[in-house]
Amino acid sequence: MHHLQVKDLSSAYGPLTVLRSVSLTLSKGEVVALIGPSGSGKSTILRVLMGLTPPTGGEVWVDGAAIDYRSAASIRAARERMAIVFQQYNLFQNMDVMRNVTIAPVKIQGRPRQEVEAEAVRLLAKVGLADKHHSYPDELSGGQQQRVAIARALALRPEILLLDEVTSALDPELVNEVLDTIRALAAEGMTMLIVSHEMGFVREVASKVVMMDKGQVVEEGSPREIFDSPTSERAREFVGKILRH
Amino acid sequence: MLGRLAGEIPRFFTLQKLALLLEAMGTTLAMTIIGCVFGFLLAFTIVFLRQTPGRLALPIRLVAILYVEIFRRIPFLVVTYLVLFFIQIFVSDASLFAIAVIAICIYSTAYTAEIIRGGFESVARQQIEAAAAMNFSRWQTLMSVIIPQSWPVILPPAVAFAVGFIKDTALVSQVGVFELTFRGKELNNEGFSGILVFGTIALLYFAMSYPLSRWGRWLEQRLASSPSKRPQQRLRPAHGP
Amino acid sequence: MNYTFQFGVAFAQLPELLKGAVVTFELGLLTFWGGALIGLLGASLKTFGGPILRRVAHAYVIFFTNTPALIQIYFLLYGLGDIGILWDGFTCTLIGLTLNAGAYLTEIMRAGFISVRRTEMEAAETLGMSVWQQIRFVIVPHIAKTIYPALANFFVVILVMGTSIGAVVGVDELTGQAINISTENYRWIEMFVVVAGIYVVLTLIASLSLALVGRWAFRVKAKVF
Repeated sequence: MHHLQVKDLSSAYGPLTVLRSVSLTLSKGEVVALIGPSGSGKSTILRVLMGLTPPTGGEVWVDGAAIDYRSAASIRAARERMAIVFQQYNLFQNMDVMRNVTIAPVKIQGRPRQEVEAEAVRLLAKVGLADKHHSYPDELSGGQQQRVAIARALALRPEILLLDEVTSALDPELVNEVLDTIRALAAEGMTMLIVSHEMGFVREVASKVVMMDKGQVVEEGSPREIFDSPTSERAREFVGKILRH
Repeated sequence: MLGRLAGEIPRFFTLQKLALLLEAMGTTLAMTIIGCVFGFLLAFTIVFLRQTPGRLALPIRLVAILYVEIFRRIPFLVVTYLVLFFIQIFVSDASLFAIAVIAICIYSTAYTAEIIRGGFESVARQQIEAAAAMNFSRWQTLMSVIIPQSWPVILPPAVAFAVGFIKDTALVSQVGVFELTFRGKELNNEGFSGILVFGTIALLYFAMSYPLSRWGRWLEQRLASSPSKRPQQRLRPAHGP
Repeated sequence: MNYTFQFGVAFAQLPELLKGAVVTFELGLLTFWGGALIGLLGASLKTFGGPILRRVAHAYVIFFTNTPALIQIYFLLYGLGDIGILWDGFTCTLIGLTLNAGAYLTEIMRAGFISVRRTEMEAAETLGMSVWQQIRFVIVPHIAKTIYPALANFFVVILVMGTSIGAVVGVDELTGQAINISTENYRWIEMFVVVAGIYVVLTLIASLSLALVGRWAFRVKAKVF
């Protein structure tokens, strides 16, 4: 059984169709990368999975359990099993780092505060921010904020981690610290669905690459297949363009 | 005329009359504060109701919207009269002070609701999405994310409105509340010169309004700094290393 | 509860009430334009005047924005009688509200003056424009567009809030008419509910018209709601 299965997922915004019958699967511990030009719908898939954008068709299963995005209870259940890290980090501006990381596990998941705080300390150390517990987001660099965002997502103990272009908003010097964190997570066996423009990184970390364009899956395969010998015309075009620099 | 004034002044500025005026000032301030504080709480409720999602909640949202749009377009004097008449149908000897407070409350709710709504909508959508993705309920998002981020933007205009309302309370003198303007008319009817009486009353209103509006502006500047620099945000003690 | 509502009686009085609405509008328009002239003067003094004139204008603004309009009107009505000036309720309301509005409009206009950046004025100067031309082609259009929403909003506020004060001193504007008629037919609630409705309609019409004018004349997106 797949950890995450998406079948014929569609999403439309008024007359604009953003996703067209998209299907993909993730096995436990697998890292799947979504690549493609802007507007191809990659981020939308993640948003639909988290219940932030409603789908207009298709089915989603997490570990065999179907999710009905018309049911608030079902969306809540989905959010208990998946966590998302946003491109713009979206840390709560009015809380310090520690509170950002601990508030959801304590208030929403109802776990004991001491246990959550201990874990938060561990997670923040893991992402390399052990000395920033009481800093506020506006005191941190983009890379630091993104790492807090990752710690925040991990504190929820998700089964599946969704990463939405998490390095795209960062200055180049700050990208590597975030990629290192993700590399470590992959090595630990976290199931992840990553939307990224960092092709070198995708090649290294992903076990499967899904290429999208205009809301549809254009090609799917291992990194070597996609980057070295793409079969579809569109994929070849895209790979050609990005590998030029 | 100056001669007349000179004669009136000692009769006017007696301890008795001053005490009376001071009490009236107290009534004015009390009405304003009580009315506007309750108005603020009610306004918050209205904004919350206005944002209830779901098709079934449409009537609730509609009522909330209509309340604000209607009561922002009726003069305070008319609102006061309406409250007076409506309450007197049921309770013929209702306290005029209470009626005035209710009128102030109803009126300020409509205006404050717009201030609060503006404040809530100024919080970045992404903050709310992050909360939603972590299964925050609407109320939890409001309490933990939206309000803490928006009250520096809500409080100053809300305070400014209340301070400004001190002047508008003059109208409740029309329904017989013993506030400052009412006492002024009384004194004028007793024969004191209009210039003396209303000049003094004007200065007394000024004495209430001006310092408070200065304080309101100070508050606004104080709240304009970001969370990390605001000492009161750091309420939790630092954890061990 | 022992009161039966008779709205029919109130609706029958609509023509009389609408006469009052006309007075409301007249009062509102006169007050606004009078206040705007004062506001222009006050803003000019505060921006371009010397230290004394600036302080005088400032004192005027501070005084009239921190005292109730009703007291200002009472002062005129009952105070001026002592020095032999006897104006009626309408005149006192008009003058009092105009002076009051002038103070608020001074601040609105001043914000507009300040918003014109030096660079715009310098650019106009280097293009060879005379001072008068600068004012006409650069400053006034810029200011008009910047402060139009505030002005439009203020007009609606005067219309609704301001003019109803007249009722207290016997002016036969909308609220005043409601009082006059109610004292005869004793249908106070019904009359005032109808009057409240008329105010809502009046202000909606005013806001809508001003918003449309704003969009058409200045390409300003003023809020209607």
